[in-house]
Amino acid sequence: MSQQMTRAAEPDRTPATCFEYQRAESWQDAVELLSLWEGEAKILAGGQSLVPMLNLRLAFPAALIDVNPIPTAEPYVDDGHLVLPALTRHSVLARSELVRRHAPLLSHAVQFVGNVRVRNRGTVGGSLSHADPTAEIAAVVLAMGGTITVLGRNGTRTIPAGDFFVTYLTTALAEDEVVTGVRLPLAGGSSWGFHEVVRRYSDFATVSVSVAAPEVDPAGLRVVLGGVADRPLLVGGDLLDPVLQAPDDPEAARTAATRIAASITPDSDLHGSADHKRHLVAVHTRRLLEQVLGDAGRNA
Amino acid sequence: MIKTQLLLTVNGREHEVWVRNDRTLLDVLHDDLGMPDVRYGCNEGVCGTCTVLLDGSPVSACTLYAVQAEGHEVVTLRGWSDPTEEPHPLQKAFLERGASQCGFCTAGMLLTASHLAEERPEATREDIRHELVGNLCRCTGYTSIVDAVEAYLQQREGGQG
Repeated sequence: MSQQMTRAAEPDRTPATCFEYQRAESWQDAVELLSLWEGEAKILAGGQSLVPMLNLRLAFPAALIDVNPIPTAEPYVDDGHLVLPALTRHSVLARSELVRRHAPLLSHAVQFVGNVRVRNRGTVGGSLSHADPTAEIAAVVLAMGGTITVLGRNGTRTIPAGDFFVTYLTTALAEDEVVTGVRLPLAGGSSWGFHEVVRRYSDFATVSVSVAAPEVDPAGLRVVLGGVADRPLLVGGDLLDPVLQAPDDPEAARTAATRIAASITPDSDLHGSADHKRHLVAVHTRRLLEQVLGDAGRNA
Repeated sequence: MIKTQLLLTVNGREHEVWVRNDRTLLDVLHDDLGMPDVRYGCNEGVCGTCTVLLDGSPVSACTLYAVQAEGHEVVTLRGWSDPTEEPHPLQKAFLERGASQCGFCTAGMLLTASHLAEERPEATREDIRHELVGNLCRCTGYTSIVDAVEAYLQQREGGQG
């Protein structure tokens, strides 16, 4: 009834979602505004997940704090890390020579984020804060052992990617905190692999597998699975033991991949049953482990 | 709800509009400024019928609030190719290959493909498919669209060489 009355009063095509729109000119501004709204406001970055959610009436924030006016830098290298300012758009990541050189896994995976329009608007900080368990950037940042820099009323703190993602669309960010950037260890000479299975090209991943093997330390091999849990899942070290002990043995890769697949408990959904997802994880993890360890062997 | 006064630059012209915060750029271009070449589709950034160029890059007008577009250059299909003048060579390529049937997706296809041609003139067929994956067409089955864009790229390459 009330909805009909609203529609009669507002003949516009889209019924009002009623939010205050506020611009932040600096990250400090954004933090102050977040504090004022006491958890009722959302940060508007690229808007490629948030605005569809508002359009579909799945979210009802009292205010949107637009951080797009905040001046931002290009990705840069600092103290052995590649730094991605939070407002770095996916299209910048995809064409950045610096990212290709120091984070080739990210450079590759980012081309599978959404479509070209999503990549032109979507941002690194936005994708991480949205914390979709199928997201490519979250999985890759976790696989590369990145840390997320956040600003709040009490100042700056850094959160390892492994502690940042809590559950579906939920992060370790406090009510007054906003992501300002990401730091990734330089991974120029490393071996890596990425594969995602999608029902439709550009859709959310049914399952994604990211593998990163640092050049200097093969024991630092990291495997991250997307789409199989409530957050990107870093595979426990002991599950990788077979390949670490026998990196040249294809059977070891098979054994590890099978164990990894058996260890997860994905939900059955429209994209596939739990068994189907476990099967996909087994197949693609095995292939990527063989590829990445093969590359590492050749580079050595 | 409070309305904000905006100065939007669309197709090289300035438009003064009063908009509610929650009006998307699509709402304002289509409903307030009467631009039918920006179309309502999925309203979640997936289908590509509301594609416009924002400072030269394709974006979904349905996932951008109009208040965010102030200070930026917006170009719609009609700003890219004036309908009172000769069709753009890419439009001719679409016509020659039957790449436009009902026409609903065509504006978005053209803007996205022309941006690809500017950015990567050497794009392969696979690149074209990758770039256009976010523009849905329910008529053509896509082959004729990819053909048309490929022909246009080759034609440009020939023209420049």
